[in-house]
Amino acid sequence: MVNLKAVTFAGATLALFAILGTGLVAFTQQQTKDLIAANERLALLRKLEVLVPPETVDNDMVQDGVRVHRADLLGDNSTTIYRGRRNGEPVAAVFTTVVPNGYAGPINLLVAVKADGTLMGVRVVSHKETPGLGDKIEEEKSDWVLGFKGKSLADPAEGQWKVKRDGGAFDQFTGATITPRSLVQAVKNTLIYVREQGDRFYRIPARTDNLQEKP
Amino acid sequence: MAEMRYGTVIKDGLWDNNQALVALLGLCPLLAVTTNAVNGLGLGIATTAVLLLSNSVISLIRNLVRPEVRLPVFVLVIASFVTAVELSMSAWFFELHKILGIFIALIVTNCTIVGRAEAFASKQPVTLAALDGLAMGIGFTLVLVVLGGMRELVGQGTLFSQAHLMFGEAARGMTLTLGKDFHGMLIAILPPGAFIGMGLLIALKRWLDLRSLAARRQSPAASGEARVA
Repeated sequence: MVNLKAVTFAGATLALFAILGTGLVAFTQQQTKDLIAANERLALLRKLEVLVPPETVDNDMVQDGVRVHRADLLGDNSTTIYRGRRNGEPVAAVFTTVVPNGYAGPINLLVAVKADGTLMGVRVVSHKETPGLGDKIEEEKSDWVLGFKGKSLADPAEGQWKVKRDGGAFDQFTGATITPRSLVQAVKNTLIYVREQGDRFYRIPARTDNLQEKP
Repeated sequence: MAEMRYGTVIKDGLWDNNQALVALLGLCPLLAVTTNAVNGLGLGIATTAVLLLSNSVISLIRNLVRPEVRLPVFVLVIASFVTAVELSMSAWFFELHKILGIFIALIVTNCTIVGRAEAFASKQPVTLAALDGLAMGIGFTLVLVVLGGMRELVGQGTLFSQAHLMFGEAARGMTLTLGKDFHGMLIAILPPGAFIGMGLLIALKRWLDLRSLAARRQSPAASGEARVA
């Protein structure tokens, strides 16, 4: 025999706690959401400013983003390009390029390219490469990734955009060839995209909604 | 009587019934985040905060909630607190939150928390339950920090290497580095290092326990006197 009163009471208790719990979460979210959004914005801005010094541009790069869909060259179905301008003229663009074929999964990059096709720098945002071997692509672990600065498809020549083991111009690491090989290829492809598109992607109107970087 | 009870609760949490070393609960986050001491401390503090809050609330509502629905209610309470703690960390410790990532949200699946709620807080008055949450949390944190410190020291040759993520820029100087030439034994940072380190810690605790037990057996008179005193 089911005791209806007890069941109702138990159900009501459960409902009460569901409401209280949801209320707590909603309240906390309300209190923290501006701070979290500001944190995310600031974190992204700091990353962009390392590559494109703030004095070289006069626009808000974080707001001036646009999404493009070129998995063949940029490694992912959806890539964000943050554009830096001065007096409305293109200065540089930062691509959220993905290295699709890292040793242990995709590697997320930020690739900054000047309007003339020269690299301003490359940084690794996240990766799953082997600690101690492939993780030398991180700026904190090794200077390797800093070596991209100033390079372009003319320097070294396009055919030299490989690691030394494959007859190219870029160092590999002891014990890890696949990681730098894939990364060099991805940076090269980003430069090819810029050459192919010219300044076309600077002219797309900015889309400020839903531009959060993927984790 | 009451004071003895408090003493037992503290001793249980920190040592006798340490959730990581004795109960072996919460091992997934424990093994995963302890690649350095600061990560361990971050997760430890977050876990302690959740334990303290959930234990207190569950003790307060223990007479209100019917036994049939108590587990779902506990889960609701714990999930709400974990989400609140996660949002707060993201707001005030953004960088650390990014590193600990998914493991903050996964505190909700840490068996320690629902375990203490069910085994202790749902049967005890709120002061004891809160103390239990605090002691269990600190005991868990200590293991996280020690294991993280061990792995960091052996694997990387440093200690407290990312302290600035938690304590601000001034804490950069807290990082200790073993000589420049020591580049670390990689295995300590990799997952096997977590299991080996954890095994060593469990063995060390048992060895210490056995030793103190043997010492007590050898001098029963001395310990008897102490009890009387």
